[in-house]
Amino acid sequence: MMPLLTTKGLSRNFGGLRAVDSVDFTLMPGEIRAVIGPNGAGKTTFVSLVSGRIQPSSGAIVFDGADITGLPAYIRVRQGIAYTFQITSVFANLSAYDNVALPVQRTLSDSRSKGAVKAGVMSALERTGLADRAHMQAGQLSYGHQRLLEVTMGLALKPRLLILDEPTQGLADSEIDNFVELVREIARSATVLLIEHNMPVVMQLADRITVFNAGKILAEGTPEAIRENAAVQEAYLGTAP
Amino acid sequence: MSEASPAKAYALHLGVIALLFALSFLLPEYYHGLLARIMVLAVFAMGYNMLFGYVGLLSLGHAMFFGAGLYGAGLAVIQLGWNVPAAFAVGLGCGAVLALIIGLLALRTTGVAFMIVTMMFAQVFYLLILYFAVWTGGDQGQVVPQPARVLNFGATSLDLTNPTVRYMSALALFSLVLLVTLATVRSRYGRVLVAIRENEERTKMLGYDTFSNKLIAVVVSGAICAASGAAYALLFGYVGSSFASVQYSILPLLWVLLGGAATTLGPLIGTLFMYYVIDVTSGYTSAYLLIVGVALILLVLFFPKGILGTIRQRWLGWLP
Repeated sequence: MMPLLTTKGLSRNFGGLRAVDSVDFTLMPGEIRAVIGPNGAGKTTFVSLVSGRIQPSSGAIVFDGADITGLPAYIRVRQGIAYTFQITSVFANLSAYDNVALPVQRTLSDSRSKGAVKAGVMSALERTGLADRAHMQAGQLSYGHQRLLEVTMGLALKPRLLILDEPTQGLADSEIDNFVELVREIARSATVLLIEHNMPVVMQLADRITVFNAGKILAEGTPEAIRENAAVQEAYLGTAP
Repeated sequence: MSEASPAKAYALHLGVIALLFALSFLLPEYYHGLLARIMVLAVFAMGYNMLFGYVGLLSLGHAMFFGAGLYGAGLAVIQLGWNVPAAFAVGLGCGAVLALIIGLLALRTTGVAFMIVTMMFAQVFYLLILYFAVWTGGDQGQVVPQPARVLNFGATSLDLTNPTVRYMSALALFSLVLLVTLATVRSRYGRVLVAIRENEERTKMLGYDTFSNKLIAVVVSGAICAASGAAYALLFGYVGSSFASVQYSILPLLWVLLGGAATTLGPLIGTLFMYYVIDVTSGYTSAYLLIVGVALILLVLFFPKGILGTIRQRWLGWLP
């Protein structure tokens, strides 16, 4: 099977700091892949490179067999790479409806009717349980609901690869359980790349885990293998006495 | 601006147009001319609002688009002897092409840099008008000859210098632009423009080419302002460099801020209000600009979102 996403020697420098350092990464279609690592390990920089928000210093990114290294972010989105932000960045002054209508109306290429947008928006909002809040201003939603709205917008893009950057940050425990279910459901139609600090969530969801440390991939494997990996324990907990 | 109450919004706008139509039969002669002028300048403000209100791009150079329409239409009549519809088309075309060029260059910047770049281009445009005084008439300006300002439809002809014809022509242009603006901001494209205003980075990550969308908005905005300039030249018969000066870049900003940025009817209300305040106060004192200034300060203090923007925020959320 052809990988959905591969990176070869992907690097990004910020001044003298190599935030991402020659990363070779492969993601198979249909996977839920978690990316973990200590703060400053380069996780967000890595997915920003994949989504096109920042340009690499060197290396190549191949999505679905085609080199996308030089493509601007909006074209990558159109090819199926959706990115949901770590810091909630819904359009606070627009209604939840309008927030979701933006991605929906762009993916509707064949239908020009207003009804099609409305149907698309409402079905996306129903999927994440926000339908009854469609006409609230996004900025007035609770934090948890704003996170959900963010994911709804990502979903509405009908992505082939959905990148979730710390989606459970700031959510209550009850909200996290629902969220895990939601990601499982999303994964039926899309490949998911998940940056996450909450280890129970990672262990429940991920098919495989990639561990970043100091800009490089430290380890990669199944949740069980990563749990047992000595180098990972060291990176997280410091050197064993 | 979402799906809510489209019928209400269209009814309101058609009502405003009907009211302006009725006023032409009710108002005394003096206000006829004044209101015609206000409607043409409100078109200028609506063009400005398209970019400033909806896309959030603050230009300080829109006088050049108004000027391009004014001189494009005026000089087509004066220098080339073209008829009114052709001259109007020339003015509109000049504005649109100029906006395309300026947009391609200025949109490489944002924020304060965008303000400065647009202002600089407008100054270049202004100075070019003075430099080519042989054709433009320089700072004296030129009068568009009265006999040329006639619309011919076969046997019938409409004299644009006739107050009623002038009023109706201004109203026709105003209505057209108002309805086009309303349809645009309610469209999918309008939603994208607002998204760019709110958070351009996020809009890109939803797959939108924000540069192209902004460029289209600059061209539409420039073309509307040029239409206003062209109409001004043809209806009021004067083409002068003062209309391309920096003052005419600031005025549409003031009108829009007064009436309410990102409201469809705000530009009309702002333009009307400003003219009315000047008209009333200048009757009492020669220091009327002082009173205008005080009025502006009070407005900014108590109605920071403009007249219509505040009304929408507090009472009528459905206003487009």
